Amino acid sequence: MHRLIVAAAALAMLGGTASAQDSLKIGYIDPLSGGGASVGEGGLKTFQYLADELNAKGGILGHKVEIVPMDNKTNPQESLVQAQKAVDAGIHYLTQGNGSSVGAALEDFVTKNNSRNPGKEVLYFNYAAVDPSMTNEKCSYWHFRWDANSDIKMEALTNYMKGQPSIKKVYLINMDYSFGQSVRTEARKMLGEKRPDIQIVGDELHPMLKVTDFSPYIAKIKASGADTVVTGNWGQDFALLLKAAADAGLKVNWYTYYAGGAGGPTAIKQTGLDHQVFQISEGIPNSGNKAAMELEKDFRAKANMSLWYPRAVNEMRMFKAAAEKANSIDPVKVAAALEDMKYEVLDGGEGIMRKDDHQFLQPIYISSFGTLADKAKEPFDEENTGWGWHLVSKIETANATVPTTCKMKRP
Amino acid sequence: MAELIVISTLNGILFGMLLFLLSSGLTVIFSMMGVLNFAHASFYMLGAFFGYQLTRWIGFWPALVLAPLLVGAVGMAVERYGLRNTHKHGHVAELLLTFGLAFAIEEIVSMIWGKSPMDYRIPAALDFPAFTVFSTNYPAYKIFMLVVSVVIFVALLITLKRTRVGLIVQAALTHPSMVGHLGHNVGRVFMLVFGVGSALAGLAGVIAGPSLVTQSDMAALLGPILFVVIVFGGLGSLPGAFIASLLIGLIQTFAVALNGSLASVFGPLDPSLGPSPLTDIWNVTIAQVAPILPYVLLVLVLIFRPMGLLGTRES
Repeated sequence: MHRLIVAAAALAMLGGTASAQDSLKIGYIDPLSGGGASVGEGGLKTFQYLADELNAKGGILGHKVEIVPMDNKTNPQESLVQAQKAVDAGIHYLTQGNGSSVGAALEDFVTKNNSRNPGKEVLYFNYAAVDPSMTNEKCSYWHFRWDANSDIKMEALTNYMKGQPSIKKVYLINMDYSFGQSVRTEARKMLGEKRPDIQIVGDELHPMLKVTDFSPYIAKIKASGADTVVTGNWGQDFALLLKAAADAGLKVNWYTYYAGGAGGPTAIKQTGLDHQVFQISEGIPNSGNKAAMELEKDFRAKANMSLWYPRAVNEMRMFKAAAEKANSIDPVKVAAALEDMKYEVLDGGEGIMRKDDHQFLQPIYISSFGTLADKAKEPFDEENTGWGWHLVSKIETANATVPTTCKMKRP
Repeated sequence: MAELIVISTLNGILFGMLLFLLSSGLTVIFSMMGVLNFAHASFYMLGAFFGYQLTRWIGFWPALVLAPLLVGAVGMAVERYGLRNTHKHGHVAELLLTFGLAFAIEEIVSMIWGKSPMDYRIPAALDFPAFTVFSTNYPAYKIFMLVVSVVIFVALLITLKRTRVGLIVQAALTHPSMVGHLGHNVGRVFMLVFGVGSALAGLAGVIAGPSLVTQSDMAALLGPILFVVIVFGGLGSLPGAFIASLLIGLIQTFAVALNGSLASVFGPLDPSLGPSPLTDIWNVTIAQVAPILPYVLLVLVLIFRPMGLLGTRES
């Protein structure tokens, strides 16, 4: 009798593993509660949509793709707990985006886990943590990044600014943490190299998410005589900065990293700064690329939000391509297949997953936000404002590349 | 230099008045009831969301009246069915109740309105620059906020110090049973005071909502600075809160305008020392730490003058 129970239990467990092998699980570790939840939920919807899209075409090598939501409350410590839970549940792929502090913790986690548990490797697909150090001094063989890191974005932006003679005086204002600091340092360095005639008339760091009134900062920008402001601000620090600028009647062009983030478009519309706010991104809704725009339309209809993360599309589709190339969903083989893999990105143009540091290199778009002149060509507005992104310039992959200092330790 | 001083002063006053608008209700509740209301910023948020919703339906001006009344009603309900029962267990229980309430309100708001910012705009009638100084516009809406703040301050002061209502309310705090024996319903007095305090928070929400960001984490972001204002001004002192708001507004605004650092006063450190935490501290500008200054003030006030600027008692 006793043996029978053991046998039955063993059978049940076997059955369990068999069905687990049927689906290919991706642990989505991002905030689903707390302050970052609005962003995290948007990402979750995006990945679930992309998984459905893959599954409709037979999944990856016959495996159904399943996104497992894991709430990390934007906290590195909590993320490690969730990552361990994922590993214990037999998940071999993690994806995360919000916060480079979380990203760095996860990168460290997969490196340690994979060296200690050969045969149980985990890959970390990063879709939005942009700290350059993750693909430089801290780089890991098990980490792949689809978003352009902040240095690459600055490289692309300064390559665009190089050709804009109207830019003469630039003011930098950023949040006082690793990302904001890297934006200001790189902007200074790259502008100094490419346009030494541009004057940096101000360089401000302010505490993160603590400022309620930006008018004193605007007064300083105005006093400096700047014609252009470069900022990595996001969230309320972006919205309040812009509102204060509009209130004071400041007329400058804004070059931003995250104007398109949740609430950003609403804030810009409120200020009435028509086509004066620019964004650097790896894709835009109104890119003119037919396939991308059809996807955008379908995504908006199903998920009721705009496609914030064209890079997530690249990530999931490339994952499938890599698994098919390796003819396996074994993370070690998929990782090897991803290296130096070339891929036609969503909005058109060729990208490549650089082998040296696992940074995806891709075309970068500069777009401005405002009224859309031709609704037939540019059908998509943002957050029901009636305003949308208009393509200003496309920076080809070659001009959106910076060297890496990564000394990759390969297994 | 003149330009810097004039503009910073103006910005400082405007910001200070916004702070007072936000903290007046908190001061009223604390000074009249002795309850430190942790949910105050949540009532402010409710005011902003009610204001947004009512503006959508019936326009800004009716919303400006109705939304605070609604928030006041919510506040009275909280007092009647929550605080009154916990009152007998002391201040810690009341504090914890309002603390929990803050989380509950935030969750409810994000369930109803979602987590993204609302498109809550300044009414068209006030959407124009009121005047221009040194080519910087000052929007009419900010002047409107300033006027409302001053009106609230004067009205509250007169009510509390010069009217019979104020007399009874003040007496109810220190001698509740005596006031009761004189035939006043002490419970109802407290309920009304809490209602008025919440309504003031709601009014602040309706007015500040369009000019700041109306979203479900706005309470958490604004809560801390309000406590600085009332502690600095003296717990429970209305004129104290008024002066503290202005001072904090001015200090912060002027600090942002200053680019000085230790390095600019004493010269840069010897480069041979290399990068270290000391060089970081040496090169931090006053502007960089400006938004933290109010919290430094809070600590200093608590150490050297625990009753605050104009406070009369220590807790």
